[in-house]
Amino acid sequence: MKVLILGGTSPIARLLAIKFASIGAHLYIASRDQAEGERIANDIQVRSGVKAIAGKFDAADFASHAELIERASQDLGGLDGVVLCFGTLGDEDKAQVDAHEALATIQQNFTGAVSLLTIAAQKLESQGSGFIVVIGSVAGDRGRKRNYVYGSAKGALHLFLQGLRARLSKSKIQVMTVILGTVDTRMTWGREGTLFTVPPERAANLIFEAWRKKRDVVYVPSFWRPIMAVVRAIPERFFKHASF
Amino acid sequence: MNDAGSNGVATSMPVSKRTALSGWGRYPICESDVFRPEKFAELSAIVAANSHKLIARGAGRAYGDAALNSENRVVDLQRLNRMLSFDPETGILHAEAGVTLDEIIRVFLPRGFFPPVVPGTRFVTLGGSIAADIHGKSHHRDSSLATHVLWFDLMLASGEVRRCSREENHDLFWATVGGIGLTGIILELAMRLRRVESAYIKGEIIRVANVDEAMENFERTDREYGCSAAWIDCVSSKGSLGRSVLHVGDFASRDALPANIRNEPLVPKEKGSPTVPFNLPNFALNSLSVRAFNYGYYAIHRNQNQALVSYEPFFFPLDSIHNWSRIYGKRGFVQYQCVWPLAESRAGLIETLEAISASGRASFLAVLKKFGAQEGMLSFPMAGYTLALDFPVTDGLLEFLDRLDAMVLKRGGRVYLAKDARMRPDTFRAMYPKFEEWRAAKASADPNNHFSSTLSRRLQMDPA
Repeated sequence: MKVLILGGTSPIARLLAIKFASIGAHLYIASRDQAEGERIANDIQVRSGVKAIAGKFDAADFASHAELIERASQDLGGLDGVVLCFGTLGDEDKAQVDAHEALATIQQNFTGAVSLLTIAAQKLESQGSGFIVVIGSVAGDRGRKRNYVYGSAKGALHLFLQGLRARLSKSKIQVMTVILGTVDTRMTWGREGTLFTVPPERAANLIFEAWRKKRDVVYVPSFWRPIMAVVRAIPERFFKHASF
Repeated sequence: MNDAGSNGVATSMPVSKRTALSGWGRYPICESDVFRPEKFAELSAIVAANSHKLIARGAGRAYGDAALNSENRVVDLQRLNRMLSFDPETGILHAEAGVTLDEIIRVFLPRGFFPPVVPGTRFVTLGGSIAADIHGKSHHRDSSLATHVLWFDLMLASGEVRRCSREENHDLFWATVGGIGLTGIILELAMRLRRVESAYIKGEIIRVANVDEAMENFERTDREYGCSAAWIDCVSSKGSLGRSVLHVGDFASRDALPANIRNEPLVPKEKGSPTVPFNLPNFALNSLSVRAFNYGYYAIHRNQNQALVSYEPFFFPLDSIHNWSRIYGKRGFVQYQCVWPLAESRAGLIETLEAISASGRASFLAVLKKFGAQEGMLSFPMAGYTLALDFPVTDGLLEFLDRLDAMVLKRGGRVYLAKDARMRPDTFRAMYPKFEEWRAAKASADPNNHFSSTLSRRLQMDPA
């Protein structure tokens, strides 16, 4: 199996890559910080003995995306799956008042993903097999005062994946949306008011198990499904006054 | 927070988290601003912020205050744990400092390799192991872990990275080995793993009646076996003072294994590990339960000259109970490990065991081991016998340990910094004769004393 990991330097991406390596998958670790990507590729090779290649990529550099997918496929000798892990909170406060920052957040989390997934989906569809796993966020389930720019990008990504899943279903291509809760990584480290945080090992295990079961949409961990159902059910006239 | 401006380059200062930290003994506890980099590039920014004192922390398995920095900064390196290359011909592993011995065992034991030296727990990081210059049951044969380290890269306060080895930056190498994190941050290193044929230890279990018998048996078995240690009963006194159970052995060759495990010699049967889920009440460990444990431990062991056990109970008996330190309750405990020069070991051991026995402060766990010599400027081991004890933190304990210090010092011995939480600065200086040499190396690597810890301030290792 040949898997492309997009945004390979986060702890969850790394742990997921190790999971795929444990079943013998060869990996292409694409990341913005290539030196870091190489450390991770080396780590996977030493631990698992599979081939892991590091390559550079930038979610915002749309023009490079087709070439990236092609290069990964060539270097791996084929492509069976794409795991999209990149995304960033950006500067939430700045994004509320600075259009440039807001658009950068959208680009990192949504339009960059749309560009890459469109190209990757076409490749998988043409070969008639494969899978796409995308890390979304509970922030995309409802716009909140604190991080609605990031949340809107993730929410849009969820909608995009719903349509993509429907389109690719006849080609038997699995498109899995991971609606991820808070994980103990640098995104939440030192942030006040972060609840229900789980270790990245647990998140990666749950994502990998859901992928094995060919799930469409999975909340990670699953307790976020009822929590977000409640959050979504709060009428807007009350929700707009909520402090979170 | 903002690691991804549209230019996509990490720029801003990473975020810290205010955390109450302690060592494994859970005494003392103090607040620090903790950074936990996940990418290599973040480290430079953390080190470059010179406004606060900084100390590196690995898995937090030093017992006392070595990886604490009260009201200052701590950088937790556990997420920088990538293995970068491995050569099965030479056994040389190149890895980041946050890799633990546990990970190395999981990855490499099935391939026939084991860490060259392991302490009593597998949950320590490589960086912490060098900073403490850890030793294990094989010290008399293998010396400390640093002996098997070919080089390491050290980030200095200036942000500059220096490769240190026996040839390159020689002084900085020996000041960092055992230097308790105060010369800089160990980033990555190359270390030679030991080749093993099985995951089993073949050796002997020997019950001995007193101190003299214990020492006689160490002298004999250390010529035959690479690993040895004794669980010593520090409750008994008089004629049976120092009665103990010696465990000695070596990795078994494949041929030495019984037929039923010879086909999978490198995979010991996995068992689930019990956990101590919460702090036990303070009274759980009292002189009666300690006495019962010490008696029982001695009583259940029988002499065996053909013992075969998995490496786990042999090297890491306590790792099989997660969070075992909680048996000491909320008050925490203090580890006390000392070593005497060979000529003074017998007298020192008897004197110390008598003092413990007389004080009624029985140690739950007490381990006796014979050391070879050691090189690092602040390394703990010296040729002689070492005794490791732990005591719950109770009234009068610190005064009692000061008395033990005086007894150890008088005989030219010393106390282990990685386990210490309470030694006095003048005692420390008298015990570590190469301190001035170390201080010169530290001053040249870290002229503004950026790297400092609760331990270094307590022991007045920082320049005045």
